[in-house]
Amino acid sequence: MIPAKFDYIKVSSIGEAVTLLDKHGFDSKILSGGHSLIPAMKLRLSRPELLIDISGISGMDGISEEGDKIVVGANCTHQKIASSKLVKEHLNILAQTAGCIGDVQVRNRGTLGGSLAHADPASDYPATVLACDAQIIAEGKNGSRTIAATDFFQSIFTTALADDEIITSVRFPKVANGNYQKFFQSASRFAVVGVAVVKEGDAVKVGITGVSDTPYRASAVESAYDGGSSAAAKAVHGVEVMSDHFADAEYRSHLAKVYVKRALEA
Amino acid sequence: MNISITINGKAYDHDIEPRISLAQFLRENLDLTGTHIGCDTSGCGACTITLDGKAVKSCTLLAVQADGCEITTIEGMANGAQMHPIQEAFREHHGLQCGFCTPGMVMTAADILQSNPKPSEEDIRHGLEGNFCRCTGYHNIVKSIQHAAEKINT
Repeated sequence: MIPAKFDYIKVSSIGEAVTLLDKHGFDSKILSGGHSLIPAMKLRLSRPELLIDISGISGMDGISEEGDKIVVGANCTHQKIASSKLVKEHLNILAQTAGCIGDVQVRNRGTLGGSLAHADPASDYPATVLACDAQIIAEGKNGSRTIAATDFFQSIFTTALADDEIITSVRFPKVANGNYQKFFQSASRFAVVGVAVVKEGDAVKVGITGVSDTPYRASAVESAYDGGSSAAAKAVHGVEVMSDHFADAEYRSHLAKVYVKRALEA
Repeated sequence: MNISITINGKAYDHDIEPRISLAQFLRENLDLTGTHIGCDTSGCGACTITLDGKAVKSCTLLAVQADGCEITTIEGMANGAQMHPIQEAFREHHGLQCGFCTPGMVMTAADILQSNPKPSEEDIRHGLEGNFCRCTGYHNIVKSIQHAAEKINT
């Protein structure tokens, strides 16, 4: 399969990418790892006229410690995040999440920024980004801004990013006690259900992906949490649960409760 | 677009359309048909090559994205008539049946053994998650990689 014709520009700065995005708007797409975009283009589900390759921008693939935060560059591959000593030490939930994405070949190419911007409802990172209360840093023609994770995911394949904005990094608070639990689609290894739990004292934050067309914070679970796992019964409270050929809504709801329970007990 | 890529130690300069995948470029422009295309959407792993030492699925990489990179394909594994220890292990332990998935399996095995020279059976099975064998010959593929690890380590 061959995608429809497009032009390709490899940029060397964020400014250059933003200028091109602003000029070409909806007809252009940012290319980083390309592991969601290229298959979609081959299947002609996506037909951008211009691909703006940001993989060569220096300084966008670093992982650093800034006080009580870990800042992960948008161009970091899943593999780099999963094997980072800094991430494992201060934010193991993110290393765990990155390490269970797809397979080794996918993890060697796919990136954090690309996955978040694509906002596939079955992708793994959203659960963890939500549970950690991470901040997404985006740059556009009007400069840089910070988007709270809870404001970022808006709908299926839809985020708070404006047409001219690119994710440059994600800022995570350090997490001492968190984990990610996932029920895999057996072939693609996307998440049928993915649950991230972060515990802080008596409180818990729960992010869920794969269940609804938009990843969400399970606030009903959070408020019912009593230190045990009975609050897992509220995993899909107030949520419209997806049905597809991997799992219908009833089965998916059951899985969500089971995986929230596992994550609370882990 | 003009691209310069080093493949199996040899430098290539080519003018190529941006929409051509690396897998297609290898097969159709360079006649390196050892790299197979199965699903063509990064699911099956038959097209796995190593790019700057890391296993990637060449069907989901544009050839232009590989500009300036070093690539090894299955054709670059053997040293003349001397097979690579992974290839030898696949032959000795019946690690292939129809052979379609084999180039991808060997290239992924190279990545597994490079990052973890003494993998457990579980490590190998986990490492092969992105490679499908529709003959379902996984058992001997895993065995072959275990023996390849022993060969390389001795």
